[in-house]
Amino acid sequence: MIKQKVRVKSFKINDITVTGRSDQTLLEVAKEHDIFIPTLCYLEGLSCVGSCRLCLVEVKGARELVPACTSKIKEDMEVFTTSEKIDSHRKMILSMIFSERSHTCSVCEANGDCELQDKSVELQLDHSLVPYIDSRFAIDASHKNFVHDPNRCILCSRCVRVCNEIEGANAINIGGRGINSMIIHDMDEPWIDSQSCTSCGKCVYVCPTGALYEKEITKEDVTTKREIIRNLLKNRAENE
Amino acid sequence: MKTITIDPVTRIEGHAKITIDLNEDGTVEDARLHVTQYRGFEKFCEGKIYTDMPALTARTCGICPVSHVISSSKACDTLLCVTPPQAAINIRKIVNLAQIIQSHTLNFYHLSSPDFVYGFDAPKEDRNIFKLMQTHPQMAKDGIELRAFGQKIIEALAGKRIHPTGIIPGGVSNILEIEVKEKLLQEIPKAMQIAQNTLKYFKENLHKFQKEIESFASFPSLFMALVGEDGSLEHYDGVLRFIDSEGNILNEAIDPQNYKEFIGEAVEDDSYLKSPYYKPLGYPQGMYRVGALARLNIATKCGTPLADEELQNFKALGQGKPVQNSFYYHYARIIEIIYGLEKIEQLLRDEESLSDNIFARGKINNKRGVGCSEAPRGTLFHDYEVDHNGIIEKVNLIIATGNNNLAMNAGVKQVAKAFIDPEDITDGALNRVEAVIRCFDPCLSCSTHALGIVSSQIELRDHHKKIIKILKRN
Ligand code: SF4
Ligand code: SF4
Ligand code: FES
Repeated sequence: MIKQKVRVKSFKINDITVTGRSDQTLLEVAKEHDIFIPTLCYLEGLSCVGSCRLCLVEVKGARELVPACTSKIKEDMEVFTTSEKIDSHRKMILSMIFSERSHTCSVCEANGDCELQDKSVELQLDHSLVPYIDSRFAIDASHKNFVHDPNRCILCSRCVRVCNEIEGANAINIGGRGINSMIIHDMDEPWIDSQSCTSCGKCVYVCPTGALYEKEITKEDVTTKREIIRNLLKNRAENE
Repeated sequence: MKTITIDPVTRIEGHAKITIDLNEDGTVEDARLHVTQYRGFEKFCEGKIYTDMPALTARTCGICPVSHVISSSKACDTLLCVTPPQAAINIRKIVNLAQIIQSHTLNFYHLSSPDFVYGFDAPKEDRNIFKLMQTHPQMAKDGIELRAFGQKIIEALAGKRIHPTGIIPGGVSNILEIEVKEKLLQEIPKAMQIAQNTLKYFKENLHKFQKEIESFASFPSLFMALVGEDGSLEHYDGVLRFIDSEGNILNEAIDPQNYKEFIGEAVEDDSYLKSPYYKPLGYPQGMYRVGALARLNIATKCGTPLADEELQNFKALGQGKPVQNSFYYHYARIIEIIYGLEKIEQLLRDEESLSDNIFARGKINNKRGVGCSEAPRGTLFHDYEVDHNGIIEKVNLIIATGNNNLAMNAGVKQVAKAFIDPEDITDGALNRVEAVIRCFDPCLSCSTHALGIVSSQIELRDHHKKIIKILKRN
């Protein structure tokens, strides 16, 4: 296999000249230069799928906004991370994520410790821009330690990726179509019946919302475990 | 037959209306309370996981969420087959009593005191807390302060957002910090002073309300409440006891898990509130009252010195029998405030309360669990059925106010008969009809966050139910 040569490229973000390696994404380079771009499905150490679209940025000459987490950098490109258009798109996207499922924070396990909640504060989304869809999915509480509540899932696929890429179990997938999509275990069976799940809990600790949570555990334990997984992901990413 | 409708009833929690039916000779024939707000909460809970129930059911009520959290957690304890550690029980008890203090204070100062201070016939624009702030600033301030103390305790012990609430199946999620304990203890004397002043004021002014006392839902009925094994006042644990209007014990010690054997629930067409009744006597003869009045009628002692002293005076009113006048709910609530403060102090001082064993783990071991506690307004039942994973299949809630439904209706009728003169319906008379309901301090929808301070509408209808006159009160 011929390895593609990695080159250094320079381009502009918000009129500031930056440089990065040709295999890097816009998001990675922006991060290295302390330029903030909101993300949700992205998690350092996992592959990028661009499913949430919160990281949309504007590239001069491009017709549409592009997700920073999956776009590779190009020489001389001109990127803008904020503008009226970007802000309103991000807000609309976030609002649509909220409206797809039932996010009743006051009764949610993740309340106060939820990345989706944090985003609404960050993007100043103080009311819904689209009507709520009154969907209702069955909760899977069959696993002895964990609960899956699809009513809070934002389909970011972090759980799918961590299970596949880090644990290597490949027990989770996304099933169904469109707004009825759901994460499923194996061939869409109750979690407890999954033959591939190793019960490691990684999916639970990368979930940004209250869609996956551990039964009967205190917040302190959750926070510690989340940190452990994050460090693990980081270390692996660095070793690659 | 003419019908007068008071809609919505003011200064109670939730939405309700009253209709007063006149017969053809123009006297009051019947009067009824209709609850017009409906939440469908029991249905809504199906499919949820049991661990969400305490927080979820807490949302049914903006006034006494803690009571729901407690009954709900107790029901979940039963599902798990666990007994929470003593520290957790103590903390739950403290929080429950704090809830009772703040709710009783709200009723007395914010909702009912305008009637006491200005009288039932005072102009309507004077019967509110804002007026009270002008004319009796100290009293209004006291009320606000005492309520705030109750809320402060709740916040300190259960308000931290670990789970959405500090009270969870199996126990509680926050240990009681020693600094918090000391701080709360320091504030008790001040709160007690306010409670004593309230008691004094109430007793000094009682003589003004002789007619109201006689007619405000003053009739024989059964009473039900939780009671300690030794017959003492109890709001958290204990057994259910029914007594009749003579004070005879009908059932000494019903295990709350078996409440269905003794309490039936009738559904009436014209109200969303179910009408529970004592099964052995049938419907509607099995009418019973719950809440502060029932609790003090049933308990033989409070178990704390100051409250016990006052309990003697309270009991004397009944002359050996239970106190029947619902007006004395107000009295009973003040005694409970005093009791609550004393008991909270005892529980705070209990070394056990500081333990860091606050949570018992368990899995679903029972398919059904009933949680029962005394809410400010009376006995509250949460009854859950779950599948083997803990997903809720069925929920039955008997909210405190619901227990009193039959009695409230009887009370409305009694007051309407005593005060409504169809030829000349005064504001004071209508206010009394509403006030009798406020005696029970109902939280009708158990859901609203507003205080229900809205305009009243009174409809006069002839015997063909045709509206002949509409009176509006703002
Ligand atoms: S997952 Fe987050 S946003 Fe959704 S209900 Fe829970 S706390 Fe709220
Ligand atoms: S369960 Fe959580 S991690 Fe998995 S897709 Fe849904 S929100 Fe993302
Ligand atoms: S973070 Fe880029 S699409 Fe989600």
